[in-house]
Amino acid sequence: MSNAAAGATARYTWGGDEFLFVEIDEAMNLAANFRSNAMASLLAADQVEGITDICPANASLLIRFDPDVLPPRELEERVRRIEETVARTAHPTLETRVVEVPVWYNDPYTQETAARFRANHQRPEGTDLEFAAEENGLSSADEFIKRHHGSPWLVSMVGFVAGLPFMFQIVPQEQQLEVPKYLSPRTDTPALTVGHGGCFACIYSVRGAGGYQMFGIAAAPIFDPAQSLPDFKDFMVFFRPGDIVKFRPVDETEYRRIQDEVGAGTFRYRQAPVQFDLQRALADPAGYNQEILERLNGI
Amino acid sequence: MAFEILEPGLATSVQDRGRFGYYNVGIPQGGAMDGLSAEMANMLVGNTAAEAVLECTYMGPKFRTDTDAAIAVTGAPVDVKVNGEARGQWERLELAAGDEVSFGILQGGTRFYIGVRGGIDVPVVLGSRSTYGLGGIGGFEGRSLRAGDLVPVGDAAGPPAGPPPEIDPDLRPRFGKEVTVRVLPGLYDHRLTARGMETLLDSTWTLTPVADRTGLRYSGPEVEWQPRQQPFGAGSDPSNIVDAGYAVGSIQIPGGKEPIVLHRDAVSGGGYAMVATVISADMDLLARSAPGTKTRFRPVDMDEALAARAEQRALRARLWGTGA
Repeated sequence: MSNAAAGATARYTWGGDEFLFVEIDEAMNLAANFRSNAMASLLAADQVEGITDICPANASLLIRFDPDVLPPRELEERVRRIEETVARTAHPTLETRVVEVPVWYNDPYTQETAARFRANHQRPEGTDLEFAAEENGLSSADEFIKRHHGSPWLVSMVGFVAGLPFMFQIVPQEQQLEVPKYLSPRTDTPALTVGHGGCFACIYSVRGAGGYQMFGIAAAPIFDPAQSLPDFKDFMVFFRPGDIVKFRPVDETEYRRIQDEVGAGTFRYRQAPVQFDLQRALADPAGYNQEILERLNGI
Repeated sequence: MAFEILEPGLATSVQDRGRFGYYNVGIPQGGAMDGLSAEMANMLVGNTAAEAVLECTYMGPKFRTDTDAAIAVTGAPVDVKVNGEARGQWERLELAAGDEVSFGILQGGTRFYIGVRGGIDVPVVLGSRSTYGLGGIGGFEGRSLRAGDLVPVGDAAGPPAGPPPEIDPDLRPRFGKEVTVRVLPGLYDHRLTARGMETLLDSTWTLTPVADRTGLRYSGPEVEWQPRQQPFGAGSDPSNIVDAGYAVGSIQIPGGKEPIVLHRDAVSGGGYAMVATVISADMDLLARSAPGTKTRFRPVDMDEALAARAEQRALRARLWGTGA
């Protein structure tokens, strides 16, 4: 049984005199991520003076505080009380949204980059997609792509660099796609690369270094400092922890069309509000995922 | 009012005290790496501590002012020249419109700061003027300065009141070749063997050239991790964890080799276990270290970390003459 399923059992430890780190589980799982997000939301709602940053992550929570305003022990007591409240929640749900993200899989941009950094890869011949298919016992790259966009993903953490979402596929553990990272990181990754490392997918928000395998490229921005697109009117970062992502495969023609919309400032992500129910997701992942994805129909 | 950048220097950027509240989406605090030196530059020109300054790394810029201005240069020791004539650090320099400011080679340390009366007046983005280069936000167009940039200087409503202040030489930072920084063990320290932790705390580490605003990498002996069956999602190496938030100042040791200390432009999370964190009072010390600096990590507990923080606060109060 995972820690997160068994009452208030998180591990509390200090990152110097300004950070409290709460490890909810050593292993990645949906319940631990749910708990991290729930604790972050409750703590944020309390608007505690002296807390500067609340950062929910995959299976842990990082809190930055000013010890001159809020002494460490007081903060810890407060967070422990919140952990107990969350642990007592019989029926955890998350008010969130499901977002459709168009992806051009097997695109020339990430292929070109992958070819340049082949020396950093465990399988110098072939492509990242072929390697990923093999690692997961799938017959072909196409089969892997189908699995990748067939089930939705939960944004389990946003960070590393500005606006980068880490995503965890909402399927039973034995069905999760697992692929090791590059043997040594690349110094370059195209912006909007759809990547994968361990059990996590990501979308690189900006161009730069990276170690995740590269499967495709998202067609529209997820970080827009100029805030020129309507989805970024309120904030330059698109994703929030708890978002549910449905990847939709597009071909080059559609990719170009979306790029034109982005250029014209008219592109909007297809999205719908959804209440995500942890128990239903764990009990009947396939059926429940279908229900969530249907929310996108008719938008 | 503006400074026209004639030569940009190696990595000159606009920084203030930082951007807080956006670490949860991966936007780091940023801000002057050597916070105390930056604060002293502001104080010398009659600003508040909140104004933005120029942070110069290794090689400074050359610029011309289009207006009369009061500046001060603090931080790492460097020759300051106005129209080619030698001037001092740690004091207020009055410039006339058209004056050109340039710098010699650093004589130690890594970063020096240029404060200007009225502050560097770039737009405030998410609560700060600090440059976050990776995300391309803040500072001057989200990047380090280039030749030809016109860097706006704020209007301070007249010259500073009273005679130029002086900074007690005892309060000025030192830029030596050896440094001891205090750390609070914690986070994933239980994942090291007892011998691994001893190696971290008892060795003398050498700062490598791989050191920037994101973090600093040190060379030294190998540090031993406990072997274990890795939890699901954590990656295969014993130094890997399920990706988590990174504390600023935290120390990670990927693969047991070359510890990395994250600094003010930290990546906000990742999959390497952190085993200790540099206390807030000593973060400036790291920022002053040049490659080759012999560094020791001395363990303290939370009470000692808070006492050191209070000492820093008292020092700053003394600096601004506001009493402790």
